[in-house]
Amino acid sequence: MQYLVQIFTGESMGAWERLSEDEKTSITQEYFAISEAPGVTGGAQLQPPETATTVRVQDGRTLTTDGPFAETKEALGGYYLFEAEDLDAAIELAARIPAARLGGAVEVRPLVAR
Amino acid sequence: MLAALVGYLGDFDLAEEAAQEAFAVAAERWPREGEPANPAAWLIVTARNRAIDRIRRERTLAARARLLEAPEAFEEEPEVDEQFPDERLELIFTCAHPALGLDAQVALILRSLGGLSTGEIARAFLVSEATMAQRLVRAKRKIHGAGIPFRIPPPHMLPDRLAAVLAVVYLIFNEGYDSQPQLAEEAIRLGASLAEMMPDEAEVHGLLALMLLTESRRAARLVDGELVLLADQDRALWNADRIGAGLAALGRARALRGAPSPGAGPSGGPYAIQAEIAALHAAPVRDWGLIAERYEELAALTGSPVVALNRAVALAERDGPQAGLDAIAAIDLDGYQYLHAARAEMLRRLGRTEEARSAFLRALELARSEPERRFLQRRIGEL
Repeated sequence: MQYLVQIFTGESMGAWERLSEDEKTSITQEYFAISEAPGVTGGAQLQPPETATTVRVQDGRTLTTDGPFAETKEALGGYYLFEAEDLDAAIELAARIPAARLGGAVEVRPLVAR
Repeated sequence: MLAALVGYLGDFDLAEEAAQEAFAVAAERWPREGEPANPAAWLIVTARNRAIDRIRRERTLAARARLLEAPEAFEEEPEVDEQFPDERLELIFTCAHPALGLDAQVALILRSLGGLSTGEIARAFLVSEATMAQRLVRAKRKIHGAGIPFRIPPPHMLPDRLAAVLAVVYLIFNEGYDSQPQLAEEAIRLGASLAEMMPDEAEVHGLLALMLLTESRRAARLVDGELVLLADQDRALWNADRIGAGLAALGRARALRGAPSPGAGPSGGPYAIQAEIAALHAAPVRDWGLIAERYEELAALTGSPVVALNRAVALAERDGPQAGLDAIAAIDLDGYQYLHAARAEMLRRLGRTEEARSAFLRALELARSEPERRFLQRRIGEL
């Protein structure tokens, strides 16, 4: 099955700012290691939510608003695409993601198989 | 049977429908042609063939690749000399998966392993049948859609997942403890099959022992609808078979830990310790010193203030009411009726009647069940 592993930084951005340079480096290494893990087929870190633009179309007119669709503190921070046997494998991968233990959360959702 | 089918088909709904069809075929055919030699296997094979047939019809090919490797033709008279693996354990781990809500876990286990109907589960949990049906549908959809595995968890996950399974079974037991004996019986049955399927897990036997020992006192706990305290219960009303079975299960839990003798610590996991306490209460003479020790272990393990309260009650029995009051003073549980009731009893024994009265009144304010309320009113009347 394919899972979208969504990383919500939540409160963890504050925790991140307080970390030393060494700690930041080692956490970045962790993210890189996860993207190399077997089954991980893609992923990216997103620019902060302030850079987001939300688009809607009404009566054929494109309407844009500044900022993310969700509230800023609930905005997606990054994601991985993960091919796994089952949900347990996806949960184990999610639990390795630093944001999960730094006050953020990781949401695991299966993709619709086509 | 359902476990075997879910294991084979990998799909809850399909397994349930196929099982129903197989029962319908049996109901029609067995009275006419006689019961087959191995009825259970006959039902499984028939259900499986029906399911294969259905899948072929519906042509959901990709998702069901495994099934399509199965035997070619749909046989009217299935061959039944096959052995079917017992997959109830896989099923219970699927149903108690932590990615499902606790309500859903309870409902799924009662439905698929307990064999209760949706209506029965709905009545037990005081929700409408439609709500319960919806809950089950949603849970099955999640199992299927999110890829919750059907298997016994690998060793590194087993302790957590087993704890989740035991917690659901104990929740079902407690749900039934006060007013619904059938749920308590169901939980004991589940506990007994778990103990049979996982004979090397001490906590499984610990939970079974705890449930059996607790349940053994049901007839003595409520007499004419009135609550009777453990100390005042008529021991002749205790179910000796249940106590015997509970002590035997506790013995197996102890043996698995390699405990040197009954009551000698350390007493294992939380269920085994609670079972030890229940066993100490069932002994002809209560050893309050040992009971207090077990509560101390349990408090260290769980950090629960309710356990600390129980320890305080045991201390009051061992060292006198003042010791109990001193221990209670350190517990932060103001909204808990049993804290005020226990405190009231200790104050009463110290002759501090007015303080006892106001503590009983506070407990009465918090009490929810009618028998408990009447019990507290009686105690106040007796002051």
